[in-house]
Parts: sequence; C-alpha cells; structure tokens
Amino acid sequence: MSGFTQVMDKAQETSHTPAAVPGRGGNVLTGLRKLTGSEFRLMLRDPGLAFVMSIPVLLVVVFGSLPSTGSPSPDFGGRRFIDFYLPPIITMVIGMMALNALTSVLASYRERGILRRLAVTPVRPITLMIAQGLVNLASLTTVTAVVMAVAGFAFDVPMPRQFFGFVLAFFLCIVSMFAVGLLISAVAPTGKAANGIGTVAFFPLVFLAGVWTPGPLMPDVIRRVSDFSPLGAGSQAMQRAWDGSFPEPLHLIVLAVFTLVVGFIASRLFRWE
Amino acid sequence: MAVIEVANLHKRYGDHVAVDDVSFTVERGEIFGILGPNGAGKTTTVECVEGLRTPDSGSISVLGFDPRKDGLEVRRRVGVQLQKSELPEKMQVAEAMELYSSFYPNPADGGKLLDDLGLTSKRRTPFKKLSGGQQQRLAIALALVGNPEIAFLDELTTGLDPQARRDTWQLVEQIRDRGVTVVLVTHFMEEAERLCDRLALVDAGRVVALDTPAGLVSRVDGGLRLRFRASIQFDDRILTDLPEVTEVAHTTSQTVVTGHGNLLQAVSTTLAGRNVVPLDLRVEQTNLEDAFVALTGRRLAEES
Repeated sequence: MSGFTQVMDKAQETSHTPAAVPGRGGNVLTGLRKLTGSEFRLMLRDPGLAFVMSIPVLLVVVFGSLPSTGSPSPDFGGRRFIDFYLPPIITMVIGMMALNALTSVLASYRERGILRRLAVTPVRPITLMIAQGLVNLASLTTVTAVVMAVAGFAFDVPMPRQFFGFVLAFFLCIVSMFAVGLLISAVAPTGKAANGIGTVAFFPLVFLAGVWTPGPLMPDVIRRVSDFSPLGAGSQAMQRAWDGSFPEPLHLIVLAVFTLVVGFIASRLFRWE
Repeated sequence: MAVIEVANLHKRYGDHVAVDDVSFTVERGEIFGILGPNGAGKTTTVECVEGLRTPDSGSISVLGFDPRKDGLEVRRRVGVQLQKSELPEKMQVAEAMELYSSFYPNPADGGKLLDDLGLTSKRRTPFKKLSGGQQQRLAIALALVGNPEIAFLDELTTGLDPQARRDTWQLVEQIRDRGVTVVLVTHFMEEAERLCDRLALVDAGRVVALDTPAGLVSRVDGGLRLRFRASIQFDDRILTDLPEVTEVAHTTSQTVVTGHGNLLQAVSTTLAGRNVVPLDLRVEQTNLEDAFVALTGRRLAEES
C-alpha cells in the first residue's frame, strides 16, 4: 500500500480546479451510459435470463409444429392458431421481465443497500431506473426479433403489416408494464414479497393478453376487460398492427394512462432503502 | 478552517429520538471521530450530514453547502463508505471502480487505487466472492474514487480480523496524510484512540464530550491503575489510608488499586514496609473506555 500516497497526491492536485466542474452538472444523464452498460452485463450473467428468453421461442416452435395449432382452422377464419399467437407470446415475455426480473433486481438492490450507496454519489437514483428501462427494452426487443424471425422463417408467420403501429404498441406496452413493476417494487416490503406479488399479478394479466384464448377465441366479455389491462391492450394493439391497421386509439390510450398514472404513483411511493 | 458544521441536530423516528441534540465542527485535514455505543445516534448523525436523511431540526453545513438544498454539490465533493451497503453480487471489482469513477467530474486513477488497496489480483472477482476484508477495502476504494475532500467511514473495521483492522487503520492515516478530511464513525475505543485527532463522544443522541483523545482521558479523575498479585495477605486499609489511593478492589487472583499522583511509589513503599511483594505488577493508564464510563456512567460496546 506504499504507493497509495501518490494517488492521493494526484487526487489533491486535480480536485479543486473549478474548470473540471461543468456547470451544475449531475443531471439525470450523469453515469447513465456506464450504468446501462453495467446493468446489461449483470443481466447477461443472470442464468434466469436464458430461461426467460428461451420460453417464447420454444412456444413458437411448439405451436408452429403441432398440427392442431400449425394448420388452418375455421375457428381462425381459415388461418392458423400460430398466426394469432405472437402478440400473446410477446406480451407474456414483457410481463415476465417487468413483474419478475425487474421487481427482484430492484428489491435486492434496495435490501442490500445498493440504492443507498448510489444515493450518496452524484448519480440520481432515477438514473438507475432509466438504465434498467433501457436494458429491459433492449432485451425485449432482441427476444421479440428472434421470435418474429423464427416464426417467419420456420412457420411462414408474416411480419406485422402496420410496422410503425406495432413498434408503438410494443414500446407503450413495455413502459406501462415497467410502471406496474415499479409500483410492485415500491409497495412490497421485501424482495420475496415483490416476487410473490409479481407472480400473482402475472397470471391474470397474461390471461387477459390472450395466452390461453388468442385472437378470435377470446370471448367478448373478457375482451372488454382485456381492453383496459396493460397486457391485454398491448396484445390487441399489436394484433391490429399485425393485421394491417393502426392500433385502436383506446388501446394506446389505456397503455399511456397506465404508464403515466401507475408510474406517477410508483415514483411517489418508491423508497430507496 | 471548518469543513463541516453541525448545530443542534435533532432527528426522531416516530417516538424514538435517534439524535437529540448534536453539535460539532470538523476542521480541514483532521480525522474526526464519532465514538459511542451501538444505538447512540452516530450513524443517523453522519447520514444527515451526507444528505441521506433529513433532520427534524438543526443546521448542517458541509464545505459551505446545505446537504439537503445543495445535495449534488456535497455529493460531488465527499466520499462515503456506508455501514451496510453492498454491490450487485456478480459485479466485478474493476467494473465497480470503473462505474463509480464515471460518476465524478474528476475521478482518481481507479487501477492505482486498487493496486494501493491490494485488490489488483481481485480485479475480475465478483463482489460476492470477496472476503469481508476485501469487500471493506473495495468500499474504501469506491469512497475515494471521486477524489473527495471529505471521506465518511462508518464502522469501517467491524467484522474484520485484527490484522485486517490494523492494515485498515494505516490506510485511514494515509488518506488523512494527503489532506483528505476523514469523519470516522466507530464503537471501537481502540480505533478512536489510535486514529482520531479529535473525537465526539456520543451517547443517547447527545454529544457528551468533544476533545482530543488525550484531552478526554485527562478529564477522568484517578489516572492510574495498578494490578498485582500479593505474595501474602494484607489489610486493605494500609493502602486506602494513602492519599494517592482512591479505591482498592480484588478480583479472584489480583488486587486492583486505583489512584492518582505518585501512586506506584506510594503503594510499593507501603507494601515493602509490610513485607508484601506485589507479583506480576502492571501499571495501567486510564483510557477512553474509562473516560466514557466516567462521563456517561455506562460502558461502550463490548469489545470484540
């Protein structure tokens, strides 16, 4: 440890030069790039990720290969089950990431004092949220691209015909579910509780997204309820874009309202320790 | 020149008063200790100074800034090691340094810091695979990576083995020697006595005394203690009659004489006159522990 003093020497020389202080600095962008890279690396090291990422691809392969779901059927107006199943699959992965992955990361960061440690640096804790959001967005985009590629090449499922509408619905669905995940992290007292609430919330939400009753199979009553749930609205908005029309305004509004209202409540309730 | 000024700090959690009335100033370049038993309000006090908590009343100034109003200005200039804080389990040592150095406008050389803290061979080791001492050294490295003017170290050596503790003390002195002001929170008397230029004794949310370690010890009456095994039995009164002696006590095997002035000579002369030989004679100075007991009527934490 003998060279220690030299480092600190250099430290003292540079630490009080005003030129090094860019204005007030320390805005939300401070550390964002490094934090995002860091969170991304940590996520890649999580063995749970491979599991989450492989489920949707596996589902596409299974439902694309099975005769009952991979061949044309009158129930689907002469089309196939698989043709209506990509939006439920995509929303399901979004649900898994927001309700399980995000909530357990944030809860463990809080329990282990990682958020508190960040709070005594010039970084704003909100920057970590943005980094988490970017990491989730990147991984979800990747898995969705893989799902669409496998479905397209192996089973001739077409691309969404209204591509911009699809991207919009996809993005809004992610941010609205991200808000829900934040709210759960905010109200849950422990990491285990957060994971429990996330899992309990997961099943009704993916049910409303049509995981069990995709496209035309969904009864009208359930569809009405589904219109007002984040994964349901997201799934239906994506399906419309797949069929070639712009998503219904109702669904986009529902997603935006979830994002703003739930996100606002979560930001009020969130505790850093 | 004072770099930290705290006046009449008060903080309560519900009915529990954590900090009742705390005032102190920290001068630039010193190691300032906050010493007290667990639950005395030490951590709450420094967390208010760091801006992590909002005091109920009182004023705080850190390098001329209010930690609540100008928190960012404070956080850019101080480095903090928190009592209970970890890193993500799979984050590697070098990654943590790189990440935290990106938060500051003028970071220190992270690689060099790791080198000086003996962590270079652990650069690629994930946080959860580090030993307690290594995690603690990494916490120090992270507290210094922003080139702070003030470093806050909270229960720095808790859980470390004696050798690691002494190494860490040396490190803290090196930090101070380069002009970084150090605020050290501890419940180890030995640590405070060895490191601190000045220290505040805190008990039940109040500063009971604020002085140099030597100054605190000198406040205690009866600066000396003799321990010995008497060769033959003797009457305590031959010692209690001496003006230098304040108390004579017995443990199972030893006689303990407390007093002041020329205690050693008075006692040995008297004993020699009665043909009593004091075997295994030891002279003990009063220390901070005694000062704490004298000032509060309570003991510090059980030493580990």
